[in-house]
Amino acid sequence: MSKATNREQVLRLENITMQFGGVVAINNLSMEINQGEIVALIGPNGAGKTTAFNCVTGVYEPTNGIVYFHGEPIVVNHPQGKMIKQYGGINGELYANRKPVAHTPDRITHMGIARTFQNIRLFKSQTAFENVLIGTHLRKTSNMFTATFRLNAKEEKANRKKTAELLEIVGLADVANELATSLPYGKQRRLEIARALATDPTLLLLDEPAAGMNPQETDELGEFIVDIKNRFNLTVFMIEHHMNLVMDISDRIYVLDFGKQIAEGTPEEIQKNPVVIAAYLGVDEE
Amino acid sequence: MNQKKSKVPMIVTLFLIAAIYIAVFIAEQTLPSTSMLFTVLKKGAVYALVAVSMNLLNGFTGIFSLGQAGFMLVGAYVYGIFTIPVAQRAAVYQYFDGGIVQFTVPLVVAMILSGLAAAFFAFLIGLPVLRLKSDYLAIATLGFAEIIRAIFQWNGLGPVTNGSNMLRGFPNFNDFNITDGNGNVTVYLSTLIPFIIAGVCILLIVLLINSSYGRALKAIRDDEVAAEAMGINLAHHKRLAFCISSFFAGVGGAMLAMYQTTVQAKSFTSAMTYEILLIVVIGGIGSVTGSVFSSFLFVACSEWWLRFLDEKQLIGDFEVPLLRTGFRMVVFSVIIMIVVLFFRRGIMGDKELPDLLSRRAAKKGRAVK
Amino acid sequence: MWDTIFPYLLSGVSVGGQYALIAIGYTMVYGILRLINFAHGDVFMVAGIIMVYLAASGLPLWLCIPLVLLITVAVGFLIERAAYKPLRSAPRMSVMISAIGVSYTLQNLVLYITGGLNKQYPTIPWISETMAIGAAKTKVVTVITPFLVIALVVALVLLINKTKIGMAMRAVSKDFETSQLMGIKINNVISATFIIGSFLAGVGSILFFTNYPTVIQTSGAMPGLKAFVAAVFGGIGSIPGAVIGAFIIGIMENIIKGLDVILFKLGIIAQPVGLATFSDAFTFALLIIILIVKPTGLFGEKVTDKV
Repeated sequence: MSKATNREQVLRLENITMQFGGVVAINNLSMEINQGEIVALIGPNGAGKTTAFNCVTGVYEPTNGIVYFHGEPIVVNHPQGKMIKQYGGINGELYANRKPVAHTPDRITHMGIARTFQNIRLFKSQTAFENVLIGTHLRKTSNMFTATFRLNAKEEKANRKKTAELLEIVGLADVANELATSLPYGKQRRLEIARALATDPTLLLLDEPAAGMNPQETDELGEFIVDIKNRFNLTVFMIEHHMNLVMDISDRIYVLDFGKQIAEGTPEEIQKNPVVIAAYLGVDEE
Repeated sequence: MNQKKSKVPMIVTLFLIAAIYIAVFIAEQTLPSTSMLFTVLKKGAVYALVAVSMNLLNGFTGIFSLGQAGFMLVGAYVYGIFTIPVAQRAAVYQYFDGGIVQFTVPLVVAMILSGLAAAFFAFLIGLPVLRLKSDYLAIATLGFAEIIRAIFQWNGLGPVTNGSNMLRGFPNFNDFNITDGNGNVTVYLSTLIPFIIAGVCILLIVLLINSSYGRALKAIRDDEVAAEAMGINLAHHKRLAFCISSFFAGVGGAMLAMYQTTVQAKSFTSAMTYEILLIVVIGGIGSVTGSVFSSFLFVACSEWWLRFLDEKQLIGDFEVPLLRTGFRMVVFSVIIMIVVLFFRRGIMGDKELPDLLSRRAAKKGRAVK
Repeated sequence: MWDTIFPYLLSGVSVGGQYALIAIGYTMVYGILRLINFAHGDVFMVAGIIMVYLAASGLPLWLCIPLVLLITVAVGFLIERAAYKPLRSAPRMSVMISAIGVSYTLQNLVLYITGGLNKQYPTIPWISETMAIGAAKTKVVTVITPFLVIALVVALVLLINKTKIGMAMRAVSKDFETSQLMGIKINNVISATFIIGSFLAGVGSILFFTNYPTVIQTSGAMPGLKAFVAAVFGGIGSIPGAVIGAFIIGIMENIIKGLDVILFKLGIIAQPVGLATFSDAFTFALLIIILIVKPTGLFGEKVTDKV
């Protein structure tokens, strides 16, 4: 996809607030991601980045706000019950007039949002190949009986072929039959990405894909992300701490601090932004 | 690519299984039918099916359920209720005017009904229970098994279940033997048929485990959050596993009824579930082969090989101390505890017979360690 | 009406108190190890069997009672050391299976020792005597149980809140790893928990078997499960919760046992319908309802998993 000016909006967060008891983890976050972009979400530890991912993928139900995916509201909520009194988010519209929408994470994956995890969550008793193969399960057309009696052989074969191709693309073909958890860290992260790709996503959420990688691996990962983005026509939304990687490949960056968005812009803009620098380095509070 | 597995171990496995069936058939024709071997084989086959069905839940899906005895009870009762010959009902249901069910269905239909009834109960129970986490789920399923037991014992349902009295007179394993006109057995099948029934059921479970659905279940076991993120509907798949496991537990219950020739609700206690769980653990959680193997081992030890521990033994003039009724079970419990504590992977770990026969698995096994 | 229900209420309170003593053991162990100690009911049964054999050996009863408690405590301690300690770093399921294995072992051991026969529990003077409260006749034990339970619980709560080991217990139940890092000797704390739990189960067994004076290897299974349900009902990990849950379950169970008689005497039903069959089932129905409606029980704390 070429970099057209008015690209389709893939994901939009509107006034998302996530509150756990009295703690406001995300405070009125609004953002948008367009087709074919790589957008990074950065911020100090505990800023609420992973929580934002969890709100999008249905792991958490945000206290307030809407998430649109390809224009469709996939998450809608407003403070209810006890939360009406306790609500601690600032500003922002409350959607009390809208009917809440909530989907389980599997539904959201069905819609085309796939994710990886900050603390790698591979299926530990299974091989790399099987891990990716599981990702194809959701697009099956077989039911339990046809699967048990092997009447879905054609589909199964296609899935195995797709899995082998994905492993080839992420460069793990040679370790396909190794146990997933026996792989080195960097390969496990790639495997998680391959597994996410097996679900045929249009939006890929990467939660700290470079965590624990050395500089060379990180560089390779950057190229890899751009490569799969183009190959599978994806939009990428990632959380990352490696600033080199973020600045290299992101089209735009959102900065979160204490649950609030403090900046948004291109890598150049963010690098110069005094608020961002203050948030990362700290300022003297007089 | 490198996914092409060698077919040899699979073929060898099939040959081994076929050989076992043939051996059972030959043994049955040649050895006296009162031999302890057949008791062990029959009961072992029943337990193997039940243990594998429990393993499908506890081992492959990671749902720690302790309701197995309850589902077996449902299966055993449904089988009994639908197969007791009408002529015998007046005697069996003597306190309930012969009961209200006054027809029988063919044996195979009755067995399938047993499974379906158990699966139906599982479906109802699963609606609330499957949302619970590990140990709460265990205790809730255990509780449900107790509730089922109370319901079947209730005299209010006596016309159907015979209340707290036993069901008897239904076809049992010995009815599989082929007899001539004088009632003499010509071909013994009373062990082979249970083997075939259990074998077919276990085969179905194995096929399921190795299908796309089986992989999804294993994914749920390994990591629920990741499985859900892969688009696997947790509630749906867990319910599926729960109902299927219960279906086969129900069929197993029907087979147990045949083995015992009588059925009484009070024998399906949580102790029975514990016993099956221990079989699964000894065999290796997550290994069908292990469950089957350890079922026969368990039954053989408890019914046969360790019997001598229950009787006085003299070595020369020396009477071995401690040996009397019950010592067998003590020794047996100690062995189980040793396995539970020190050989936590059980006999087979999570490997299957074909894995043992192939070199690739040996490598995989090392990787696990 | 009152005269009809009162005897059942009375025995309900008594049984509830006995369940409470067992339930505390469950709830404390769960609070610290996150383990359903399936063997706890059997420890209770073993305490009963020990009493039977000690009394039969001719020892005076005043000596038997402390001895029973001492041996029960030793049994509880040894079970933890032998069957749970080696699995400290194992998955929770393994420990639970080990607990089931211990339960199986204890039952088989007692079966071997007793030959599977019902054993008559010795009559303990004074508490076995019959007394009259209003129109109802009952044993003294029925009346003293609730008071004894309350006294023991108060003592326990004081122990947990005021002593050093109690503080350690609270810390461990909040965060196992961190308290280990803070220099708390985890194994001592866990042992102390099992000792307290077994002691209370021992006291419970003396009270329970004075009321229902036969002991067999399966005697512990049902009371154990019910006490566990009580612990869940009250919110597992919470001692007051376990006690309140146990009393509720004890009372409800006894009322259902007598429901046929009560309804009959009140003229609501013309003949018994056998509802007593459901006295055990009811307990579990209650368990399932509470798990669905409020999985954390009456006083439990909510725990969330991190993704």
